[in-house]
Amino acid sequence: MAVDAPPPSKAERHFPSTEEFIEVQQSAEFGELRRAHRSFAFPLTLGFITWYLLYVLLSNYAGGFMGTKLVGHINVAFVLGIAQFVTTFLIAWWYSRHAAANLDPKGEAIKSRMEGGA
Amino acid sequence: MSPVQQSVLAAGEASEHRPLIISLFAVFVVATLVITVWAGRQTKSAADFYAGGRQFTAFQNGLAVSGDYMSAASFLGIAGAIALFGYDGFLYSIGFLVAWLVALLLVAEPLRNSGRYTMGDVLAYRMRQRPVRTAAGTSTIVVSIFYLLAQMAGAGVLVSLLLGITSDAGKIAIVALVGVLMIVYVSIGGMKGTTWVQMVKAVLLISGTILITFLVLLKFNFNISDLLGTAAERSGKGDAFLEPGLQYGATGTTKLDFLSLGIALVLGTAGLPHILIRFYTVPTAKAARKSVNWAIGIIGGFYLMTIALGFGAAALIDPKEITDSNPSGNTAAPLLALHIGGVDSAWGAVLLATISAVAFATILAVVAGLTLASSSSFAHDIYANVIRKGKATEKEEMKAARWSTVFIGIVSIALGALARDLNVAGLVALAFAVAASANLPTILYSLFWKRFTTQGALWSIYGGLIVAVGLVLFSPVVSGDPKAMFPGVDFHWFPLKNPGIISIPFGFFMGWLGTMLSKEEPDTGKYAELEVRSLTGTGAH
Repeated sequence: MAVDAPPPSKAERHFPSTEEFIEVQQSAEFGELRRAHRSFAFPLTLGFITWYLLYVLLSNYAGGFMGTKLVGHINVAFVLGIAQFVTTFLIAWWYSRHAAANLDPKGEAIKSRMEGGA
Repeated sequence: MSPVQQSVLAAGEASEHRPLIISLFAVFVVATLVITVWAGRQTKSAADFYAGGRQFTAFQNGLAVSGDYMSAASFLGIAGAIALFGYDGFLYSIGFLVAWLVALLLVAEPLRNSGRYTMGDVLAYRMRQRPVRTAAGTSTIVVSIFYLLAQMAGAGVLVSLLLGITSDAGKIAIVALVGVLMIVYVSIGGMKGTTWVQMVKAVLLISGTILITFLVLLKFNFNISDLLGTAAERSGKGDAFLEPGLQYGATGTTKLDFLSLGIALVLGTAGLPHILIRFYTVPTAKAARKSVNWAIGIIGGFYLMTIALGFGAAALIDPKEITDSNPSGNTAAPLLALHIGGVDSAWGAVLLATISAVAFATILAVVAGLTLASSSSFAHDIYANVIRKGKATEKEEMKAARWSTVFIGIVSIALGALARDLNVAGLVALAFAVAASANLPTILYSLFWKRFTTQGALWSIYGGLIVAVGLVLFSPVVSGDPKAMFPGVDFHWFPLKNPGIISIPFGFFMGWLGTMLSKEEPDTGKYAELEVRSLTGTGAH
């Protein structure tokens, strides 16, 4: 392929063979990408599910604590509920930042090399 | 007196303004039909029909995802659950939102990269095609039908409230109208038309909710504490109304039910086929991620406003009026609109009509999304890949999709009459439980577990599906309860209304067991392909 060729369009780009996929899967570069995704997404998933379940369990079995009034009619249960919203927004933002910085460049490099057929 | 007759009395004030309500409905229907016909003209290839040509922007799809997700359950069901049970109803809002993180972190991007049109594309990627696609198609259709049931229940309730239709024939006619509209939307407009309908609906729903939230907060001088205090007092339950346990705190069993519901909510979203196929409408995985972020923002904002809707209804309406209108509170949001505008005033009637039209739009759009997901899966997974063994042409496949749309429309019309008195959010939570039991384990194992085999996939789909649906069948949702689908009989033995706590771990366990016991070796080449493709987008459609 000529050096100055335009990037391949969807129709003409190269679909790699199984051997190429296996080779890339076992490469150090891909291993790094996999680790960058898993080491971030798996513990974080475990974390937010635990935090959510803690909230559900507190609602179930710690009614007295959850009913403690903080300001006016606003109690602990209400504040923890709102906190679930806040952490959800924060985690979404945090993951997207991580993905843009650490996953996208690695993924795109592998993709363009494989589809270029080089 | 039937609930329907009561609800007509409750909203009797609205009856003079019926022409207004009907006109607003009609405007929405005509506008969406125009969009549908326009989109239909641009729908030529299978990628257009199934995936809207993959050319939507992240924001457009985020809006459409929100439209698809915020169903009658979110709008009518949650408002009603909070209005009647206070704090316990709020769990729905939280669970429905937190669930999006599972989709964002683990499912949306890999799915966009490795699938083509359906959830089955990903599940069957490295497995034997025919059995796994059959299973994926089956569970897609079952989950969607549970979800449809809830939307139809919402439509029935709304129409009885607003149009004063009490005869059975009249109600069937309305449910049939919804069914016919959704058949038209989907079979003509395909994914492109359905996506635009979702966007229009999301804007309407958010605007309507902002309006009511603003009016409620205005009434309490933007003092949330006052709103909560008034709601607690008016509900007759006092502080207990603001604390957990009013609906689920009575016994150890009901507490378990709360936990079961909580688990189903948080794990269900990432297994809902009609949500998953939306990620195919954008060009890349990065755009899929951005659309989830938009959706989290929009949906999160909406669920925060359910506080004002639900507690506002409790604070401003006599609880008896809410339950008289619908025993499960499904009409609390429209009633709130009426009360906030003034029961005897024209403004109240206008608000009621507007909010009801929004709710109706919500239902129509979600029903269209669900129908599209089921007919896509039937046509692409079962017809094209199982029956025709991959030899069907695009034209034949699309024809099959259109015909299955008609079939699913008819089935949901037939089921629509069954579930009128159940809370719509509770019904949708069943769809979440089935999705989390049958689909989520299989998706996660397929993407992340090298050893996973065809047998494992089949055991987790069918195991999760059969146990979840079986437990619902023998739960108080179906029989043995005055609000059950069949209140006259009692064959229930499973005490929980939501099966998630049993069926979700069971689905995961069966996937593991089926894999460990299978004699075939996993296809390592195909897994390499799936893994590299799902993380990098190499070879993505």
